[in-house]
This record gives sequence, C-alpha cells and structure tokens, in this order.
Amino acid sequence: MQLVLEKRAERSNTIALISPLIAIGLTLVTMSILFAILGKNPISALGVYFIDPLVDSYSLQEIAVKATPLVMIAIGLALCYLANAWNIGAEGQFLIGAVAGSWLAVKTQGTDAGPWVLPAMMLLAAIGGALYALIPAICKVRFGASEILTSLMLVYVADLLLDYLVRGPWRDPKGFNFPTTAEFDPVATVPVLIEGGRLHLGGIIALVVVAAGAVLLGKTIKGFEIRVVGAAPRAARFGGFNSNQLILLTFAISGALAGLAGIIEVAGPVGHLQPGISPGYGFTAIIVAFLGRLNPVGILIAGLFLALTFIGGEQAQIAMKIPLDVTKVFQGILLFYVLACDSLILYRFKLIFISPKVSSGAH
Amino acid sequence: MGLIEAIILAVLAASTPLLLAATGELVTERSGVLNLGVEGMMIVGAACGFGGAWLSGSVIIGALCGIAAGVLMSLVFALMTLGLAVNQVATGLALTILGIGLSGLIGSRFVGEKISLAPHLYIPGLTDIPLIGRILFGEDAFVYLSLALVAGVWFFLYRTRAGLILRAAGDNHASAHALGYPVLRIRMFAVMFGGACAGLAGAYLPLAYTPFFIPGMTAGRGWIALALVVFASWLPGRLVIGAYLFGAVTILQLHAQGWGVGIPSQFMSALPYLATVIVLVLISRARTGGSTAPAALGTVFVPDR
Repeated sequence: MQLVLEKRAERSNTIALISPLIAIGLTLVTMSILFAILGKNPISALGVYFIDPLVDSYSLQEIAVKATPLVMIAIGLALCYLANAWNIGAEGQFLIGAVAGSWLAVKTQGTDAGPWVLPAMMLLAAIGGALYALIPAICKVRFGASEILTSLMLVYVADLLLDYLVRGPWRDPKGFNFPTTAEFDPVATVPVLIEGGRLHLGGIIALVVVAAGAVLLGKTIKGFEIRVVGAAPRAARFGGFNSNQLILLTFAISGALAGLAGIIEVAGPVGHLQPGISPGYGFTAIIVAFLGRLNPVGILIAGLFLALTFIGGEQAQIAMKIPLDVTKVFQGILLFYVLACDSLILYRFKLIFISPKVSSGAH
Repeated sequence: MGLIEAIILAVLAASTPLLLAATGELVTERSGVLNLGVEGMMIVGAACGFGGAWLSGSVIIGALCGIAAGVLMSLVFALMTLGLAVNQVATGLALTILGIGLSGLIGSRFVGEKISLAPHLYIPGLTDIPLIGRILFGEDAFVYLSLALVAGVWFFLYRTRAGLILRAAGDNHASAHALGYPVLRIRMFAVMFGGACAGLAGAYLPLAYTPFFIPGMTAGRGWIALALVVFASWLPGRLVIGAYLFGAVTILQLHAQGWGVGIPSQFMSALPYLATVIVLVLISRARTGGSTAPAALGTVFVPDR
C-alpha cells in the first residue's frame, strides 16, 4: 500500500477555505487522546480549554490582550513569508522593541515629561525592531547568509541583552534586587479602554495593523510585488521586481511591528521591563501566520484562537492540573495539521495498493 | 590536572553534541532535505534520554531512548515533507515548537532528579600519560562515537555506491528518479539518520554533560548545528573543525566569566550566538563563486508516476 500525491489541475478554493477548520478538528481529536493519556477526562479538559474562557468577561478581555501581540507580529511575518523571506526571529525583534521603548520610559521616570512619552516610546520600539530585523536581512541580501539561522540566533542575543539591562543599569533601586525596572509612569503606560478592565489601546492598534496589512497586500503595487516574488520568482525577475529590496522591506516592516508589539506588551499589561515578558509570542505568531493562511483577516481570527489556547492552558493548569507545556504541544500539533491540510489544496491524496511502475508520465 | 588540559577536556565535551547533531543533519541535507527541526529533536532526545537512564539506571538505555525519540520525531517530519509534500522550512519550525512542548511534558517529572554521568575511558598507563593521556584516552564513549560517526559518514558518502546515490538524490532528484532510484525512500532514511543523531546529541547533554534534565537545556545547540553544516560546506571533515571551534568559544566565554573579566556575563553568554552569525556571514561571503549546497536542498519532490 502506498500514499501517492496527485497534482490538482488548479488549486481547490473550497479546500483553501475549510482546511484550517479541518486542521483544528484533527488537533482537537489528537488533544483528546493526549488528555486521555494524561489521565484527564478529554471532554471536560477541552471544555476548560476552549469554552470556559469564552463565558466570562475577564477571560474574553484577556484573550484580546494576548491576541494583540500575536496578530501584530503575525501580520509582519506573513509579509515576509509571502515574499519567501524566512524571518523566524520575531521573538528577538519583539524583545528589542520592548528594550528600545523602555529606554525612554526609564529615562523620563519621575520627570514631568508630558503625554508625548508613550508615542515616542512606540516610535523608538518600531525603529529598534526594524533595525534589529534588518541585520539578518542585510546579511542575506549582501552576503547570502541564511536569514533563518541568523534571525534565530539574534533571539538569544536579544534575550541576554534584556537580561543584562534589567539586572544592571536599569534595575529598580527600590525593587528588592528583583531583575526589573521600576513601574512605568502613567504617561509611559498604554491606557486601558474600559476603566478597571484589561483591554487596552493596543487592541485598537492591532486592528489598524490588520486593516493596513489587508490594504497593502490587496490594493497596492508593493503588495502585488511581494506576492509575485514569493509565488513566482522567475516571473518577478522578468517583471523587473527587485527581490532583495523586498526582503529588506518585509523584514523591516515585520521587525517594526514586532518591536511595536513588544513595547505595547511592556507598557501595557506588564507595566515594567523584566525578563520573561513574552511566553514565546514571536514563535506562536509563526503558527498564527500559517493558520491565518498569510491573510490579514485570517490572521486576526487565528490570533484570537491561539490566544484562547494560552488562556485555556492557564485555566486548565489551575483547574485540572494539566501541565502548561500541553499548550505548546497543542500549538505544535496544530501547525502540523495546518500544513498537512494545506497540501490538500494543491494535491489529491490517493492510497494505492500496488507499487507504481515508472510510466511515461500521464500528466 | 593543568588548566589547559581541563579546558581542552571541557571543549571536547561541549563540542560533542554539536558534532553529533550536525553529522546527522549533514546526511539529511546531502539527500536534499532541509530539516530545521534539529533543536526540537534534540530537546526531546534529552528528555527521553534522561528518562530512560533514570528509570533503568543505564546510560546505554538512556542513549537508546534518546535515539528512538529522535527517530520518531524525524518520522513525523518525513511523513509531512516527503509523504505530503509540505514546505520543509515550515515543517521544521513546527517540529521544533512541538519538540519544546513535548520535552517539557515528558521531562517535567524528572526535573530535580539526578543520575550518574557516563563513565570515562580509563586505560592504565595510557590514560596516565601527562598532558595528552586524559585528552586522548580518558573521554566518555560519546566523544569517540561522534568522531567514528564522522569518519563513517565520510566513508559512506564518498566511498560507497549507496552514498553516491544519496548525494545524487540531493543534487538532482528528477535525474535520480529517472534512473530508477527511490528518491523518497532514500530521503526518508536520511531524515531518520538525522533524527537518530539529533536524539543522541540531545541525550548526550543529561547523560554525559550535566547529570540532570532542565527544560530548554539544549539552548539553541540544534540551531548552531544547522549553522555548522553550512560552515562545513556540507563536508564531513570540516564539521569536526567547526564543532570544536564552537565548543571552544562556548568554554572560553565560561572561563572568561570565571576569571572576572570586566565584561557583563550576559555579553559573554551571547558570544556563541554572535559567533554563529559572523561565521555564517563570512562563509557565505567567501562563496561568491557559487554555492556548495546540495542543488535540490529544501525543494519538494513529488514523483511523476
């Protein structure tokens, strides 16, 4: 018996639409089995994961808060992946953005600086993230070094830099030696949307980013160039598109967005700079980008779904003592199924029972 | 034992997991498959390797568990990229994300436990030779195994027919297929070999390097191994040089921290990662005359029946 792939005459649009749903369905089945192996009731575990967070207002706000960085980073990554530029160091760009923005917050601490501080922090964060992302991009276009490896290596470097800053020069003198900066001043904090709630201005910014991404990809020449360079590099060369320039551009945009997400997280929900500000947003955003089919609106939905798994995972740990790592396993399995189902768009799967002979090629 | 001797011993130990993982990945890439999931396979290998050794009390069983875990992980990758023709870069990332989660899940019950490390070779007389005795005749079995593996891979790739066919599959899958070679099956075995090596490399960490398991203990070594393959221009011999150079950087930065050089420890810890970036740039730049990578590396192959 053998599994054979047969190329479809044209890509199947029906499957393109439902394949993320098939993938989620298969993931839920796999997770049920995993819960059973862990000795938990699968039905109630899935309930805690996916239903409970949706029925109270605090969790709903928390989902939006967690989805904010995921969506912002994933939009940038989608641009890169569409252009066939593999930025997998968004986690590092997120951290550098957080560091760059926090610099201003730390410097203006306790002064009577006005409300210009927060916008300036965001600008610095975006610039910092973009410059950090340009390192692997320049290494790629100038020297041909694999952007996959260099961008990933810089994640570790960013992590160590942040660690140094909050243990060294930026440490809160009144912080009992904890590795953290002092709480940011109110002018350096992202305002919440509803008094006493968790939802903050970052959620709105994420929606603006989604809209901007949709316009860029759908309505502009640059967006068209990005898609052509990725999908048909030869055609792009004939069209005179500069693929190197597009690599630099997509990396810079995605770095800026990741950096912006970083400062919004630090100046918003966290409130100060400390190690561990990201539970792997930069990596989870890769899954979000693929689950959302590299499409801005899809990414918004996928980001909310992945945020749900973070919240559900925390609740499952508290309510059912299910280890937090299950969430990561879940996310990994989900990405596998998403990629496998995407294969159905281009190919038909066939099981045949005799081994195929080399023929003169039926296609 | 002198300081120099101690440093060389430490460098060899730090280099061995890099060499093991990179050797496996080299064979995988030579067959035309880019498996970016080395880090994921390593970390699961570390968790399973420690678990096996802790439960059985045997380092060998631990190593076998690590290998088995790596192979299982690589089979998932093979099913996806070879069976379903999925993008190799994305699948490799998925494998790493899954591996980090799985290792946490498997390893959580072993955190805080301790095992005794793999014994070191001792040959009376030889091991006692001053200076070189401990270095040449006093290593743990994995160090010798990793060097033997490199030699074996070199012999296989350049001196056997099967190795020639494997390289053909990696350079031009359409031609290899037209000649009647089962490209996908060859690639599957190459991916499995890469998984076995990565699993063993991961298991080396808790079995012979530090006697306990901590989540995330591979700390990017899988990614550095991937960079080493590029550094070595896909040649097994150069892999040894590369791995030992990187091991040396790792150990030197640790010692420099100990000597209290006035540089913050975080900057020293960042050195191996920065060195990887710099080396990749230098190597890629030197190669302006054309790439030495297998020509079909990372491309999807769907046989035409």
